[in-house]
Amino acid sequence: MIATSANENPQPLLELQQVTKVYGTGEAAMPALRGVSFRIEPGEFVAVMGPSGSGKSTCMNILGCMDQPTAGRYCFQNVDVGLLSRNQRTLLRRHYLGFIFQGFNLLNRTSALENVELPLIYRGIDSDVRRAAAYQALDTVGLKGWEHHTPGELSGGQQQRVAIARAIVTQPLLLLADEPTGNLDSKRSEEIMELLTTFNRDRGITIVMVTHEADMAAYAKRTVHFRDGLIESDQNQPGDSLC
Amino acid sequence: MLGVALRLALREMRRNIMRSVLTMLGIIIGVAAVIVLVTLGSGATRQVTQQIANLGSNLLMVSVGKRMGPGQSSTAPAFKLADAEALAREVPALAAVAPQASFASTAIFANENWGTTVTGSTEQYFTVNNRQLAEGRIFTGSEARSGAAVCVIGETVRVKLFAGQSPLGAKMRLRKLSCEIVGLLKPKGQSTMGSDQDDIVIVPLRTFQRRIAGNDDVSLIQVSAKDDISTDAVKQELQRLLRIRRHSSADEDDNFNVMDMKEIAAMLSGTTQMMTGLLGAVAAVSLLVGGIGIMNIMLVSVTERTREIGIRLAIGALENEILLQFLVEAVVLSSSGGLIGIVLALVSSSILAAVLQVPLVFNLPVIAIAFMFSATVGIVFGYVPARKAARMDPIEALRHE
Ligand SMILES: Nc1ncnc2c1ncn2[C@@H]1O[C@H](COP(=O)(O)OP(=O)(O)O)[C@@H](O)[C@H]1O
Ligand SMILES: [Mg+2]
Repeated sequence: MIATSANENPQPLLELQQVTKVYGTGEAAMPALRGVSFRIEPGEFVAVMGPSGSGKSTCMNILGCMDQPTAGRYCFQNVDVGLLSRNQRTLLRRHYLGFIFQGFNLLNRTSALENVELPLIYRGIDSDVRRAAAYQALDTVGLKGWEHHTPGELSGGQQQRVAIARAIVTQPLLLLADEPTGNLDSKRSEEIMELLTTFNRDRGITIVMVTHEADMAAYAKRTVHFRDGLIESDQNQPGDSLC
Repeated sequence: MLGVALRLALREMRRNIMRSVLTMLGIIIGVAAVIVLVTLGSGATRQVTQQIANLGSNLLMVSVGKRMGPGQSSTAPAFKLADAEALAREVPALAAVAPQASFASTAIFANENWGTTVTGSTEQYFTVNNRQLAEGRIFTGSEARSGAAVCVIGETVRVKLFAGQSPLGAKMRLRKLSCEIVGLLKPKGQSTMGSDQDDIVIVPLRTFQRRIAGNDDVSLIQVSAKDDISTDAVKQELQRLLRIRRHSSADEDDNFNVMDMKEIAAMLSGTTQMMTGLLGAVAAVSLLVGGIGIMNIMLVSVTERTREIGIRLAIGALENEILLQFLVEAVVLSSSGGLIGIVLALVSSSILAAVLQVPLVFNLPVIAIAFMFSATVGIVFGYVPARKAARMDPIEALRHE
């Protein structure tokens, strides 16, 4: 069993310390996170669960450097993200993070291939290499032959797989997935989960995934439960059903 | 970085052809409308000024009766050749004096006939009216004095009677007169008033009086003042002299009219300049409407584009990279739209100028202003919303509805 206890590893991938997030100000102030702390080691596969409105997405956005905490510290690879400039946070996203959104967030009228190429363009990768990597990523998610279809021509499951291909094409250190199977039927969901498991196991990509369903959370090795902006429980999976 | 921005911008434009085309269309229409209208307006003004220059701004017309035009009184006695001779002799400021009398008449040659205007005058007619010959000669002083049966014709008359041939030496019938054509005038086109200045036959005044009119009346004396002499002074001198010759008493009004071409010139070019101004205003409105069209399209697409920007930011695009992409897109769209508009305007105003027979006068500052205006509108409204979006947190831009 892999040791994930906080004190044993001197080099966590990321660490949240008493992170709070308040939306709005004054009367309308709405605390979404009320002091969340945890750390994630490289290579982990963490499922985040909790009722809706409990702050899961807010937490994911902070982990993805797309939003900033109101208070508390977020360290990614021992770097305090709160001290970084806007552009530095963007570069962090560019080089280390992959994000899978619940709503896919693909560019409309843009082929699957070009969507997947996009993060590589901003990384300044040569077009030959870029193209090959994009084809490869689409193949990995099972979309061989669909490269030139636009999101409008693809089913929800296929769009989500394009979004996954876009997130993993850069070989990120950390893959964040906010309800990646939220819009899919159980068969498609299982396919997606198999994919994520493979990335985690074979490529060592650290994954943090939000899900509502215990079935999906079962694929992860660790589950964090949120409630009302706080962590209710944080447990390692007793048995790994896949191995 | 510019290369990437350019590639992304071109991709986005191709992908959203409708949006690109509509944006460009706004610019194209605005730019083209302004240029075409101002070009044609300037052409018309230029035409009028040219005609006036051809007419000679030192030209004065002395006619019988109180006023030119429909209200002209015919009770006043006509001028005689002697009046013209007296003017030439006694007003040293005059460069040329051309007494004239005209009739409408049918010109006949072989089987062809053509209704035209026959004018009797002296050889100075050609000087005063600034008419050059295409072929042949004008009649000589001795032919004029002896009343020889010779004439000079205009291009329209030649076309109607002689088709492709040279008319020189041919004998043409005008009423009872059979006269030899000795000269052909260079074409001059329509006058400012719209009459055909080439539909004329000129014969010596004496010939006209004896053989066509049957009297010795002169209805019009055209005079030109010497170059450095004020036409006002000449006008006063002419009035003084003619009053004496026509025995007008001190309390009588002139029973003749001296018209200064400068007055006509000022009036006509003033009118066309006003027209150009008016056209310019209409054009400016269309430019504005085009600009609003561009604004509309740009603003309508903001929601979609904000989401696009959110996606790009989330994926790792820097603010500057996104801005550069949008700037390139706006510049390429606006300037290519502007250039197409200019080309379209040049082509269509060339065609229209040919059809309307006005000279082609391109007004470079107007072209530049029209281009700059639309390009600025396109760039500002393509860029400013993008800048706003690119400064958001990615999550905020993605949430944008
Ligand atoms: N942009 C926002 N503005 C205001 N309140 C927000 C915003 N985003 C989320 N919230 C609120 O914060 C709380 C946590 O939201 P979220 O993190 O999306 O929950 P979850 O993803 O667990 O369903 C919810 O009550 C939600 O209404
Ligand atoms: Mg959520």
